[in-house]
Amino acid sequence: MIQADLTIILPEIILAIYAMAALIGAVYTTKDALAPVLIWATAGLMALLAFWIATNGDGTNVAFNGMFVDDGFSRFAKVAILLSAASVLVMSQDYMARRDLLRFEYPLLVALAAVGMMMMVSAGDLMSLYMGLELQSLALYVVAALRRDSAKSTEAGLKYFVLGALSSGLLLYGASLVYGFTGTTLFSGIIQTVHHGDVSVGLLFGLIFLISGLAFKVSAVPFHMWTPDVYEGSPTPITAFFATAPKVAAMALFARVLHDAFGGVVKDWQQVIVLLSVLSMLLGAVAAIGQRNIKRLMAFSSIAHMGYALIGLAAGTELGIKAMLMYLAIYVTMNIGTFAFILMMERDGKPVTDIDALRQYSKRDPGKALAVLILMFSLAGVPPMLGFFAKFGVWQAGVSAGLTGLVVVSAIASVIGAFYYLRIVFYMYFGDENEEPIETRSTPVLWVALMGSAALMLIGVFYQFGIEGAAAAAAATLVN
Amino acid sequence: MDNILSIVTFIPAIAAGILALFLHGDDAAAQRNAKWIALLATTVTFLVSIGIYTGFDPSNTGFQMVEEGEWLMGLKYKMGVDGISVLFVLLTTFIMPLTILASWNVTTRVKEYMVAFLLLETLMLGVFMALDLVLFYLFFEAGLIPMFLIIGIWGGANRIYASFKFFLYTFLGSVLMLVAMVAMYADAGTTDIEALMTHQFSSEGFSVLGVYVVGGLQTLMFLAFFASFAVKMPMWPVHTWLPDAHVQAPTAGSVVLAAILLKMGGYGFLRFSLPMFPVGSAVMTDVVLWMSAIAVVYTSLVALVQEDMKKLIAYSSVAHMGFVTMGIFAANQQGIDGAIFQMLSHGFISAALFLCVGVIYDRMHTREIDAYGGLVIRMPAYALVFMLFTMANVGLPGTSGFIGEFLTMMGAFQVNTWVTAVAATGVIFSAGYALWLYRRVVFGDLIKESLKAMTDMTSRERLIFAPLIIMTILLGVYPSLVTDVIGNSTAALISNYDTALAAAEAVTQTAASH
Repeated sequence: MIQADLTIILPEIILAIYAMAALIGAVYTTKDALAPVLIWATAGLMALLAFWIATNGDGTNVAFNGMFVDDGFSRFAKVAILLSAASVLVMSQDYMARRDLLRFEYPLLVALAAVGMMMMVSAGDLMSLYMGLELQSLALYVVAALRRDSAKSTEAGLKYFVLGALSSGLLLYGASLVYGFTGTTLFSGIIQTVHHGDVSVGLLFGLIFLISGLAFKVSAVPFHMWTPDVYEGSPTPITAFFATAPKVAAMALFARVLHDAFGGVVKDWQQVIVLLSVLSMLLGAVAAIGQRNIKRLMAFSSIAHMGYALIGLAAGTELGIKAMLMYLAIYVTMNIGTFAFILMMERDGKPVTDIDALRQYSKRDPGKALAVLILMFSLAGVPPMLGFFAKFGVWQAGVSAGLTGLVVVSAIASVIGAFYYLRIVFYMYFGDENEEPIETRSTPVLWVALMGSAALMLIGVFYQFGIEGAAAAAAATLVN
Repeated sequence: MDNILSIVTFIPAIAAGILALFLHGDDAAAQRNAKWIALLATTVTFLVSIGIYTGFDPSNTGFQMVEEGEWLMGLKYKMGVDGISVLFVLLTTFIMPLTILASWNVTTRVKEYMVAFLLLETLMLGVFMALDLVLFYLFFEAGLIPMFLIIGIWGGANRIYASFKFFLYTFLGSVLMLVAMVAMYADAGTTDIEALMTHQFSSEGFSVLGVYVVGGLQTLMFLAFFASFAVKMPMWPVHTWLPDAHVQAPTAGSVVLAAILLKMGGYGFLRFSLPMFPVGSAVMTDVVLWMSAIAVVYTSLVALVQEDMKKLIAYSSVAHMGFVTMGIFAANQQGIDGAIFQMLSHGFISAALFLCVGVIYDRMHTREIDAYGGLVIRMPAYALVFMLFTMANVGLPGTSGFIGEFLTMMGAFQVNTWVTAVAATGVIFSAGYALWLYRRVVFGDLIKESLKAMTDMTSRERLIFAPLIIMTILLGVYPSLVTDVIGNSTAALISNYDTALAAAEAVTQTAASH
């Protein structure tokens, strides 16, 4: 029995053992000098595991009496998490090294966070959910404050920690209420009570607290306050990491809890998700207009994008989950490209985050400017870029679930939001000349990440590498 | 050639790709190559597109030369033309080489400029050929990107305001249309335009937020599409982006905007609004007719007081588009034939007028009407050309402008006499502003020192105008050239529209009697 269980969670075990072994190994040997090797080794291992999970996974396997579920849905999310974490890791090496931030703990913390995220998306029980969530969060609190001598970075880490602890408290309180009113922490047990029609006020309270805690992790309004500050304060590679893998994990966990544990009472949580979605889209669209700092701008952009992805969740249908998964995959790809560019932005070796610095950038580097243009239009959801199909998918799910009002609001929000993406294009292509132009230092890795993700935005219109089929299969295993 | 439509659509895009990838440098030779490649590509596109015209069978009212293939997310790649769209395809391929020729004097970022125009051509052609809702939307919306860049990079002093206004205005209209498209997909289970034309959308009235909607779902969908097409047309009162965009855009940008992009709105009404939401259209007919009449009169009056030549022509475009919407929503043979005719004719005439402004702008770098006067002395050939197109714009019999205005008014007269009477006064105003403009620019004494060194049109400029002159007069004296091609398709459209309305009527009556 135990052996079967261990086989199922083998990828997580491998990654966890690797992280701990490498930690000990590095401490007793050359420490930070080993960091570049560790970055590539961690990224390589993650990519390998992603490949393994993608090709070898089959059917639905349950381990540890239902605490851990390995199904198509979790595999889709795990592949997305591992691949995006690996790309962000390799993208960050040069930036970290030149700013003296390249510590050997960094790749290992990211690996531990990835283990936590993999636990989250596979959780079949409120306990394993919380374990995964905390493993992820604790690793993230530390990397947010990686630049110890910078007040902003430590502030970011502390803020993230305090607010994160608050949200964990909310979530735990919700979990205890749910346990109290259903007598079990297993999702499969909870849903049986729910199906019986015993949705008491206490259980609803528990559900709402659970949702609040999870909304904090996906930075949905009104639980978003930490996002801009943490995005701005953390070193840019960490910001890139925050904007990608943890978002996928948290959204997937959100979907899992709502469908596996509360699948029978869609009507009870739908309105809450609709509200979160509307507020996120509108705030994300409006608040980013005033931002001059591209990292803060991307923070609001990610809040808005989570709002769009939540439409898929709010639909409460298989189509909705499929649309949400595709939205996340496309969103992560766009963000990796965009952050690759942000990592390149610098002047005299110092990172620049002011969008004003991009004036007339297209004259100096037309190739990269074109890639950023494609990414910006894709983020804005303008066809023919892939970002449009992401929006189209969630809108389709929303309308067929009868949420036309929500879709209309999101349409209006997407127009407001288009403004700030256009403004970046405007600076690059038709702004006035700047006295102090930025340089963009591009390493091969960053170049490939930027150009590759821009190219994917266009290629995706013709061919999507089977992502659609995988998302459909993943959604089918979650909603049934 | 089985896939001639795709070939025509993507030749410009392929040329743009070649330019972008293989042409390096920004010296004179590279600039010249970019221009020649663009000209060659657009000319080839035009020549191949003649094959669409010769292969087109006007007696067949269905879609022809249809291509179909699987696409992503359950959507289809489906292209085809019918009598309504085929001439717009030709208009596009016809105008594009002229715009490239008109841009021969561009010196900044020539390569990017040509790439933008070539991509724009592909996207515009796609709009007129797409037979899948989402494919249509993709082309329709993607066209905003190159136009945004064309206005923003190569535009005038206030180009940033104009480009943002252009983009956000049209984007807002389009996303609402997209929501309606998603709803149509959910309702009908397909995005195939051909199938959707025969699908009956519910027209049962219901309440939204306490307001009772007559015509129900159809009216709501009509309004969503209307939001997009009315902005694109543009119709009063959402026309305000157009004068800004026209004034700031480079000459070639204005030509494309006026000659082709504006036609997408009218085409959209004919392709989607009337056939798919007949009840919604019928409910809204009076509103649209009056909006059209107001547009004709109001924008003509506004045009009278303009001091900028391009702005004047832009307002006159809005007025002429008023005739188009009037004809479309008259929903009879003369009205719709006239609307399509008016759109094609306006494509030639407005293009020529903007090119006329471009000719003197290239020499004087100002569009102020007051800066000119007495040009006929130095530029007799120019004066003649400008005269012809001014008259065509006014609607002088013998030019294509007359046929379009006459047919649309005749169609509208049968439906709503008052609207037609009001719109007819607009014809008089249009004579007023157009002739006054001509008088101030071309006639009078040549007293301004700066104008004394003006040279007449070069042979390149004459070459650009020649085809436009031919088309304007040819269509003016032999309109059957157009009406024969579109006649059967519009007749089928109207009969379907009337049948659908009658059917909806019958349903309502049975429901009432129960």
